[in-house]
Amino acid sequence: MAFINYAAREVNCKIVYYGPGLCGKTTNLQWIYEKTNPTNKGKLISLATETDRTLFFDFLPLDLGSIGSLKVRFHLYTVPGQVFYNASRKLILKGIDGVIFVADSQEARFDANLESIDNLDKNLKEQGFDLMKIPYVLQLNKRDLPSAMPADVLTKELRVKGEPVFEAVAPKGVGVYETLKECAKMVLKELRRNA
Amino acid sequence: MDLILYDEELREIQNLIDQLHVDARSKIVFVVDKNGQQIAGAGDLGSIDTTSLASLTAGNVAATDGLAKLIGEKEFSILFHEGERDNVHISIVGNRVILVVIFDDRSSLGLVRLRVKKGSQELTHIFDRIVEKTKSQPSAGLEAAFAEITDDDIDNLFS
Repeated sequence: MAFINYAAREVNCKIVYYGPGLCGKTTNLQWIYEKTNPTNKGKLISLATETDRTLFFDFLPLDLGSIGSLKVRFHLYTVPGQVFYNASRKLILKGIDGVIFVADSQEARFDANLESIDNLDKNLKEQGFDLMKIPYVLQLNKRDLPSAMPADVLTKELRVKGEPVFEAVAPKGVGVYETLKECAKMVLKELRRNA
Repeated sequence: MDLILYDEELREIQNLIDQLHVDARSKIVFVVDKNGQQIAGAGDLGSIDTTSLASLTAGNVAATDGLAKLIGEKEFSILFHEGERDNVHISIVGNRVILVVIFDDRSSLGLVRLRVKKGSQELTHIFDRIVEKTKSQPSAGLEAAFAEITDDDIDNLFS
């Protein structure tokens, strides 16, 4: 559902970071925000509670440059991960072009990951999307924690359709940019395919 | 469905909101799509972060929409935020886009509502035409823009 402004020769795409509470969605966005050249980014907006839990969404507009004569812009959003925010979480999925699922590698959060993927599937359907068809990337976050499950086990259990998988340590930026890059590429290729 | 905006329609939208900006004696008039993409703006746009305005407005409308459905309403078509100095009037046009008018005490809520009502009708017609055009020639513009793009071009964007 990209928005193509022909007059301004601009393509705007929307990527949403999804995943269970405290898996590191906002941290992904913060790292991208800190490391991006000021001329290529807008303000990072976080609608969060006083304890820094995402209440509605985080938003970061990113200018990637141009392909040919087309300017390419990405709007990155996160959803609130906590289970009881489902009503707001659904709203963020409106008009998406791609989803990055951030999984928490800790064993104690394994079920929360599964529940969140299931929730993503349901919410996408409600918004008229099919998880099996949209550009989708899996990120295994918190790889540095001692309680992290082996990556191959997580990949086997959490992968839904053979999507690309990236290992990450979001606060240190490990795997953050790689994940975004892959999803952005998939979105652009999908746009081209539909053209 | 993708929305494709061409020069001709964008000019019409721009003319319309330029006029609305004057008629409503407002500071800023802004058109955003429901997904938070900004379409056009008129007035003192240099003084605000328009990208953030677009995203937050869409979030606001989406949340209010959810609230409406929860209590069995189809939608709340108008939102009004009153501030000490500036006020924000938000309305949903043709169930598709959001029209935002920011005004201070040089105007009034009554005047803004009156002008927005008239402007909305014209805006609805324009967007109906845009949707028709996108449907009837969905890839006309896109093909030209994307035809030449290779995998390398996409990779290079990230190098």
